[in-house]
Amino acid sequence: MTESLEEFLIARRDTGRLLLVPYVTAGVTPGWTDIVHAYADAGADAVELGFPFSDPMLDGVTIQEASDRAIAAGTTVKGILEEVATLDVDVPLIAMTYSNLVVQQSTAEFCAALTASGLRGLIVPDSPLEEVGELADAAAAEGLDLVLLAAPSSSRARLREITERSRGFVYALTRMGTTGERGEIPEQAVRLGRELKGLTDRPVLFGFGVSNPAQAAELAGHADGVVVASALMRKLLDGARPRELGDYVASIRRALDHGAR
Amino acid sequence: MGEMSWSRRQGVTVPAATRAMNDPGATGRFGTYGGRHVPESLIPACHEIEAAFREAWSDPEFRSRLDTLLAVYAGRPTPLTPAWRLSHELGITLFLKREDLAHTGSHKINNVIGQALLAHRMGKERLLAETGAGQHGVATATAAALLGLKATVFMGERDIERQELNVLRMNVLGAEVVPVTTGSRTLKDACNEAMRHWVSSVDNSYYCIGSVMGPHPYPWMVREFQRVIGEEARAQCAAELPVGVPDYVVACVGGGSNAAGTFAGFVDTTARLIGVEAEGGAAATFGRVGVLHGFRSLVLQDEDGQVTEAHSVAAGLDYPGIGPEHAHLRDGGRARYETVNDEEVVQALLCLARTEGILAALESSHAVAWVIRAAKSGEIAPGSTVMLTLSGRGDKDIASIKELL
Ligand SMILES: Cc1ncc(COP(=O)(O)O)c(C=O)c1O
Repeated sequence: MTESLEEFLIARRDTGRLLLVPYVTAGVTPGWTDIVHAYADAGADAVELGFPFSDPMLDGVTIQEASDRAIAAGTTVKGILEEVATLDVDVPLIAMTYSNLVVQQSTAEFCAALTASGLRGLIVPDSPLEEVGELADAAAAEGLDLVLLAAPSSSRARLREITERSRGFVYALTRMGTTGERGEIPEQAVRLGRELKGLTDRPVLFGFGVSNPAQAAELAGHADGVVVASALMRKLLDGARPRELGDYVASIRRALDHGAR
Repeated sequence: MGEMSWSRRQGVTVPAATRAMNDPGATGRFGTYGGRHVPESLIPACHEIEAAFREAWSDPEFRSRLDTLLAVYAGRPTPLTPAWRLSHELGITLFLKREDLAHTGSHKINNVIGQALLAHRMGKERLLAETGAGQHGVATATAAALLGLKATVFMGERDIERQELNVLRMNVLGAEVVPVTTGSRTLKDACNEAMRHWVSSVDNSYYCIGSVMGPHPYPWMVREFQRVIGEEARAQCAAELPVGVPDYVVACVGGGSNAAGTFAGFVDTTARLIGVEAEGGAAATFGRVGVLHGFRSLVLQDEDGQVTEAHSVAAGLDYPGIGPEHAHLRDGGRARYETVNDEEVVQALLCLARTEGILAALESSHAVAWVIRAAKSGEIAPGSTVMLTLSGRGDKDIASIKELL
């Protein structure tokens, strides 16, 4: 596959499909790569892989727990990349991690290692516009799409710059807060989705607090799709097997397709 | 509140020309360190705080209100006490800058009164804080009570156990203490939790960071609020010492706020600046470049970039990072960072208590321990003058000390 993450997602969106990107913390269980396959088989349009970090500032209890578990099991960036290189899935894989893991070697080496293993996107939530320059250059040089976050608190000028500099898609935060399941859809999410859609033709995906199929479908309708993380990781930590996680992703897929334009 | 003249502050006049540790500008970088490595959601809050601080810091009314509170409420200036008997024993001239005598018992109050005034000026209702030893938590609870704000303090479960007295003090002062049960259950995890809470309550809450760490403007702002230690000490040394400036200026370093405030007063002099870290939390000595809690600096971490837990007898020094400006001062050679072990620290605490009748905090005793060691080994030449910032008092540590004896 030589298409970029962005080209892949735009092509799918342009068929009228709402995009679905489920998340798994790499290394959370010994057979975590089975989960990636299950997601892909269940109709994911891309899969987000969390590279666990000891101090995940933007994550709520569920992903903290998944990260701690993966680290305790000896998960390393090198180990994850070796396993990723053996994966055979037909949708793009996106790494999500914190700056500290990115700066261990040079950002150029980090990005090169990701692309060498077949990853096509990268999300670094603690690297905002003012700090992202070097990483953005390194990612661009490697053909790796660096996805930027947009928040309900971002000014219009910042949203414009974020939509211009983000690659792959724009990650719209549904709320001010950490990852984790939540009840209702905040008004600010709807507003942010509308504003971002007005600024860019890049796909806009909502993330943070997407908790169930109905909610996913409603939110996705305000943009181009959703990222689902904590709801899946909660099930996994409670003992769900890859096939059950796949079934759940399939149920979200159906809800999105039902609500598609 | 009325105008407070310098004469009320025990004749201490502060020279204006001690500004070598400067404004890091809009990017908040000290060399390659510092910056603003936080999620997009927090960026507007950082901008808002930076703008508010810049405005307040150049507003004579704000400065005068702060100076007044520091004087009539916090008890500044703190004295510079000659350590008569210990000096004699070590063959040096040792002065102690007595932050233990400031209200609430440590230097933390200097920063907190500044930030609480700022939060109040910005119309925030609640102060959020992380705390290790509990001194910053107590100071925050105190300033909140003083200004009619609410306070929520995040504290690792392990620190809650070993700093019980300070937890009780916070409760009495009306603050909510939230136990943090993740990770090492110490200061670093309390910081994570405070940041997470801040993201979700940024509209009405102000995150009152307790050391020279976090995203810009905090490392700079906290150093500016702590600068009063160094400026007073500089003026006091000028009055006390024949040559005006000590040979050594020494302070303990957790995140590095008392050291930064102290160094700021002497950075443009010939004094050697020494920061003393706990051996088990010595980021300046054993750390590598990393990004933690919103800033780039030296961080204790394993080869994969997982942050390691710091271990020290002093809860306030159990931090795996160091303020970005310290990393920069270290690289440039302007300051030097040393380590001492728990055993030396406990001995130093007892030594100071028994020679001077001063019960210092375990954190502050790190600085004392290094001076004792260096004077005995001859590293500090006999006859040298040493100015040591005694960052806090040791009452909170009595239970720990009892166990260690
Ligand atoms: C008495 C005392 N000294 C020093 C410290 C360390 O902080 P910093 O390095 O920011 O001065 C603490 C922190 O809790 C403290 O309570």
